[in-house]
Amino acid sequence: MSEFRPATEAEVASIARDHAARGAALSVVGGNTRRGFGNAVPARSMLRSTALSGIVTYNPGEMVMTARAGTPLAVVEAALAEGGQMMAFEPADHRPLMATDGEPTIGGVFAANISGPRRFVAGAARDSLLGVRFVNGKGEIVKAGGRVMKNVTGLDLVKLMAGSHGTLGLLTEVTFRVPPRPKAEETLVVSGLNDAEAAEAMAAAMALSVEVSGAAHLPLTVAWKFLGGKLPEGEATVLRIEGLPGSVDMRAKKLTDTMARFGTVTRLDGGQSAALWREIRDILPFADGTLRPVWRVSVAPGVGHQLVAALRLEAGVDAFYDWQGGLVWLRMEAEPEGDLVRRYIHALGGGHATLVRAAPSARAATQSFQPQPEAVALLSRRVKESFDPAGIFNPGKMG
Amino acid sequence: MAEAIPFLAPRADVLARRAEIVADLIDLLPPECLVHEPRELVPFETDAFVSYRRLPLAVALPRSTAEVAAVMKYCHRYGVPLVPRGAGTSLSGGAIPQEDAVVLGLSKMNRILDIDLADRTMTMQAGVTNLAISDAVSGEGFFYAPDPSSQLACTIGGNIGMNSGGAHCLKYGVTTNNLLGVTMVLTDGTVIELGGKALDAAGYDLLGLVCGSEGQLGVVTEATVRLIAKPEGARPVLFGFDTSEEAGACVADVIAAGIIPVAIEFMDKPAIEICEAFAKAGYPLDVGALLIVEVEGSESEMDAMLADIVAIARRHAVKVVRECQSATEAALIWKGRKSAFGATGRIADYICMDGTVPLSQLSHVLKKTSEIVDHYGLRVANVFHAGDGNMHPLILFNANDPDEAAKAEAAGMDILKLCVDVGGCLTGEHGVGIEKRDLMRHQYAEVDLQQMMAVRAAFDPGWILNPSKVFPLDGRSAA
Repeated sequence: MSEFRPATEAEVASIARDHAARGAALSVVGGNTRRGFGNAVPARSMLRSTALSGIVTYNPGEMVMTARAGTPLAVVEAALAEGGQMMAFEPADHRPLMATDGEPTIGGVFAANISGPRRFVAGAARDSLLGVRFVNGKGEIVKAGGRVMKNVTGLDLVKLMAGSHGTLGLLTEVTFRVPPRPKAEETLVVSGLNDAEAAEAMAAAMALSVEVSGAAHLPLTVAWKFLGGKLPEGEATVLRIEGLPGSVDMRAKKLTDTMARFGTVTRLDGGQSAALWREIRDILPFADGTLRPVWRVSVAPGVGHQLVAALRLEAGVDAFYDWQGGLVWLRMEAEPEGDLVRRYIHALGGGHATLVRAAPSARAATQSFQPQPEAVALLSRRVKESFDPAGIFNPGKMG
Repeated sequence: MAEAIPFLAPRADVLARRAEIVADLIDLLPPECLVHEPRELVPFETDAFVSYRRLPLAVALPRSTAEVAAVMKYCHRYGVPLVPRGAGTSLSGGAIPQEDAVVLGLSKMNRILDIDLADRTMTMQAGVTNLAISDAVSGEGFFYAPDPSSQLACTIGGNIGMNSGGAHCLKYGVTTNNLLGVTMVLTDGTVIELGGKALDAAGYDLLGLVCGSEGQLGVVTEATVRLIAKPEGARPVLFGFDTSEEAGACVADVIAAGIIPVAIEFMDKPAIEICEAFAKAGYPLDVGALLIVEVEGSESEMDAMLADIVAIARRHAVKVVRECQSATEAALIWKGRKSAFGATGRIADYICMDGTVPLSQLSHVLKKTSEIVDHYGLRVANVFHAGDGNMHPLILFNANDPDEAAKAEAAGMDILKLCVDVGGCLTGEHGVGIEKRDLMRHQYAEVDLQQMMAVRAAFDPGWILNPSKVFPLDGRSAA
């Protein structure tokens, strides 16, 4: 496969125009650490953002960073650590799960809308993204959004670009919010709850005014894999509290009082807490070096455990929950069973399932992204055409 | 007042068929759901951008998604423009009709459909007011975060149309960050659902695109929003400074110190005087600028955060620090702030600008704003969301003096251009509407606008929906 690594927007634009004229497809990637996401793309050339690299502006006092899309995530994170700030949405590192190598890029994070445990209270990558520059399929250099925190000037194309997996254009520059990093964190572990009890406990925690910023449930089959086996014995329902040190302690006490009703409560200190949420973020229990199918399922928080219970009757499945139960990571023993998974999601009130990892043969037989109702699918096709009329960018990747 | 902003010329064929169209709509809707007598159309001729008004052809007030779809299908078939309307509180003219348009008012669709406290979601029809959402779950300890000043009247449908903000979005985000799903009718009458109770949806983020699209892409009839547990306590504190510059610098330092209060609201001297005269909120009158900083949490958490903020304010020579002593006082402080626009309207006509600027530019933009307004011989009151740089200069003028009105509009345009030039944008939460439509080329290059219009065309190629708004009237050929 030939590879383009343009170093300027003008070069990207010229490559896009050339391919549009010939109707030749391009596989659009950043660090390519999430290769395997989406349907296979029939392209002979790859367009990479990695030479469009470097932080453009970062003034911590404005809580905003602008970086070129190919900037390694590690470079962004190092600069933010120095400024005492963060990406609130905690982007996952998919390399362990997908057994890939390379350096994830900041553009790739936004193109795939990668969002971790804090997403359910602090928003997804798309909520932090304020502005973009990109090259569309006509070879035009387009900007959308800006670098201020509130902006309703015109249609919000920024949201469309987030999570479009390179199908609408190649991001060349991203501007995003970087709020202060919490000074302290602590995690409560409630032990011994089954999945349904855990859902109830997490809902109770979220109804308290203690600002829980992580709520996950780790059933027996996965709990032992976290923190090198050092979590308390049994199923672990884990709740994170972050903020100023004195405040974290007070809120943790308040939360402990309520959670004691549900099960035995232990507390993890800052270091252990940070490590645990990194492992949850990176889907550690399923980073097993295999190609067994892994689904990312998004449903209403109270529905996650019902879905898993239903699936367990019909398929070999392992699961754990984040986002108060609304994000379910499923690992199937054998086949992806896409129809089964999606049928139950529909029956339980809706949501969607994305096939994140699978063997090539299984992947070829399954739509990675959940098929949409016809009217929405038609709109999506028209939106794609409005950016990329010749269909050169990642054709077919999203369905 | 002289009208500087043009509307699209009415479609002659539509005007010629007025009687026929009204007759057809009467067949589609029950009598109480259609307004067509000229005298009864008057309340719908403008919104809160009152300098411009147009009598619509008719007003449809459907009660269900099915009735909305029937009206839209009809208008699509016969090329009749449609202007969606919530409560008509738009400050940018987003709901102002035109002579050939049917106004689609959602006020009768005001039922809450589902409250799910375990999943922290609520689903309601689009005509439910913003405040009614929080009121419905307040007793259970929850609230809906975006809180525009017009929250008593404005509807969730309108909030979605404009991606509305409010004083408390510094911490909790604006509408788009709190919206989980919508039921929406497309221009041809097709009903679709985007999102739901799950935190994200499959495919392109059409929900994110629809939020803030100002009625250009379709009509939202139902919405599902995220609820949040109410904080244990909340406390607004007043900080008085001699000058706006000191207050602005204090805001920048609070943010730079990594402290994010729930709200940081700014008022300059004219705004303080106007609001105090109206609300008797106890604002200090001997200061040049006032910050309302709200912190939340337990008593000791609020004490700790306030101590840090007070220390920063002292470095900027704060003159007055006043904590409220009771819930009544706290409510009064917010009443004063939230009634700022109404209170201003009692003493003069005004137009309210809505540009957002980078925090580092606050002091500079305040100073330049004064200079611009001085230059036109007018007065300005500044009252805005300082924590996120969303400015609201209120330019005061006399609407009966055409010359003064033209000057006010010109001053407003100069201020918005300034906001863009320092790295900001034309509108932070009020929307483009007709007001800022012709400034869009100051913020965006032609290619940027053409991409937006191409996306718009994916939804409404015939420019049926709210056609005089958002995009400059010339150069629409791409669609």
